[in-house]
Amino acid sequence: MSNKILSVRGLSRIHGVQCPLCISSTGPEHDTNMCPHCGSVVAAHDVNFDLYRGEILGIIGESGSGKSSTVKTLYFDEAPTAGSATFYDGGMQHDMFALNAAQQRSMRNKRFGMVYQNPHLGLNFQISAGGNIAERLLMSDLKHYGEIRTRAGDLLVRTEVARARMDQNPKTFSGGMQQRVQIAKALATQPPLLFLDEVTTGLDLSVQAAILDLILEIQHELGTAMIVVTHDLGVIRLLAGRTLVMKHGRVIESGLTDQILEDPQHAYTQRLVASAL
Amino acid sequence: MNTALLDIQNYAKTFHLHERDKFIPSASHVNLSVYPGKLTALIGPTGAGKSSVLKGVYRTYLPSAGHILFRTAAGEIVDLAQADEHRILELRKTEIGFVTQFLHCLPRKSALDVVAEPLFARGVPTEEARGRAADLLAQLAVPAHLWNVPPATFSGGEKQRVNLARGLIAQPRLLLLDEPTASLDPATTERVVAHIETLKDTGIAMLAIFHHPDLVKRLADDVIELSPPVAIVEPEEEIA
Repeated sequence: MSNKILSVRGLSRIHGVQCPLCISSTGPEHDTNMCPHCGSVVAAHDVNFDLYRGEILGIIGESGSGKSSTVKTLYFDEAPTAGSATFYDGGMQHDMFALNAAQQRSMRNKRFGMVYQNPHLGLNFQISAGGNIAERLLMSDLKHYGEIRTRAGDLLVRTEVARARMDQNPKTFSGGMQQRVQIAKALATQPPLLFLDEVTTGLDLSVQAAILDLILEIQHELGTAMIVVTHDLGVIRLLAGRTLVMKHGRVIESGLTDQILEDPQHAYTQRLVASAL
Repeated sequence: MNTALLDIQNYAKTFHLHERDKFIPSASHVNLSVYPGKLTALIGPTGAGKSSVLKGVYRTYLPSAGHILFRTAAGEIVDLAQADEHRILELRKTEIGFVTQFLHCLPRKSALDVVAEPLFARGVPTEEARGRAADLLAQLAVPAHLWNVPPATFSGGEKQRVNLARGLIAQPRLLLLDEPTASLDPATTERVVAHIETLKDTGIAMLAIFHHPDLVKRLADDVIELSPPVAIVEPEEEIA
C-alpha cells in the first residue's frame, strides 16, 4: 500500500491567449516566463511531484517563479491549463481536475486547508475570529451551535489565540495573530493536506519563529501533509524534508532539502544558496 | 564472516560550480565495506574526502559516481546513490543515523527535546521520548541542570555530547560519525569511547572519522585511508 496522498503530473498554468511558441520560448534559459510572441505568461509548466502522508514539501523560488500558481491550482483557486493531480483519500483516488465544481468545493472545504500570506484572502474580516472558524465547521458536518463554538474556541487555543478574543473581529488582531486564526480555520476540518503560501513573510522574526514552531507541532501531532511555498531558505530548512526549486515557471531541481542546501545542482540554486544571510 | 551492511563501490563526488565554471573534486575511487557490530574508520589528510563519503552515504551530497549499497532490515539491497528521496527519508528515520561535527538545532528548543527529536519523528510518545533522552544525556555526563535549556549557551563539549545523544537515541543500524569527540576533554572522550564500544556490542555498524589516531587504533576494526582526489586539469586561467 502506497503512502502517497497527492500525485501531480505535467501541471501547467498559462495566462493569456497562448501560441505554439509559448513553452519553447520561456523558462530559465530564456530568463522570462512571458512569451515574446504572444505575451502570454507561463506561470507554471510541467510540474511533477508526489507527496506522501505527513510529509512537508517545500517549493522555493522568487516572485514569478510559479510556486504560488502551483499551489493555487491544487487548491482550485485557479484552473490548470494542462496536467493532472490525483488525491488519495480514504482508500479512494480522486482525479482532482475531473471533478465538478461542487465536488471540488467539497474537497477544498473538507479535505484541504490553505493559509495565505495575505490574511484578507483567507479570512472574512466582516465577522469574528470564531465566526471564521465556525463557517468552515458548518461546511463539514458539525451543525450544533454549542459544539461549533467549543470546537472553534479549542482551535484558537491550540494556535495560541486567547479564547477570550474569539468574538472579536480579526481586523483588531496583529499580523501574527491573524495568521494563527488562518491556521486554526485551515485545521478546523482536520484536513490531511494543508497548503501554506508564504505564511510568515512580512512578520517580525520572533513571530515568524513562533508560527513555524506551531506548524511543526501540528505536523507532529496530526500528521498533516503540507506544501510550503516560500522564498525563504530558512523556512525550507526548518520545515521541509524535500524541496522543489522553481524559476520562471519551471521546476529546475528537486531533492532532499539538506542536499538542495549543501549540494545544489542548478546554477540558479547555487546562487540562491550563496546569497543566504 | 557476516555480510556487509554497507558496501561502497567506486564512490566519487565532484562539485560543479556554475558561477565560476569550475569542477571541484572532493572524493574519488572510494571502496569500502561496513559490517554489523564493527567500526570502519576513514583516515587521510584534510581534503581527502572523508566527510564527503559520509555525506554521500547520507545523500546530503548527490554522488557523482559509484554505488552505495545498503542492506536494509528487511534484507533488501538499496543503492543509496540512486534511491528515491522518499526511500532515503524513511531510511534516515529508521536505519541510518548521522552525527555531524557541529550541532545544528533550533536556538529555542531544550537540549532534552533536541535529543528526543528523532524519537518524536518516529511517533514515540513525548514523555517516553524525553525519558529516554534524559537517560542518554546522563550516560554521556551532560549535567542535569542543562537538560531543559537550549544548547546554544553550552560549551563545545556539551554541545557535542547533545549532538551525539541525538544521533544515538534512535539506535540506527548504521551510524555515520564525523569526529564525534573533536572537542571533548579526555575524561568525556573515555565515556564516548565506552559508549561506542557498547554500540558495537549491540550490532550497530559504524563508519567514522576520528580526530585522534589513538581512537582509530582503539575503536576501528577496519581502516580505510583516503588520499585527496586529483584536481581536474583545466586550462590555465589568464591573469590580467
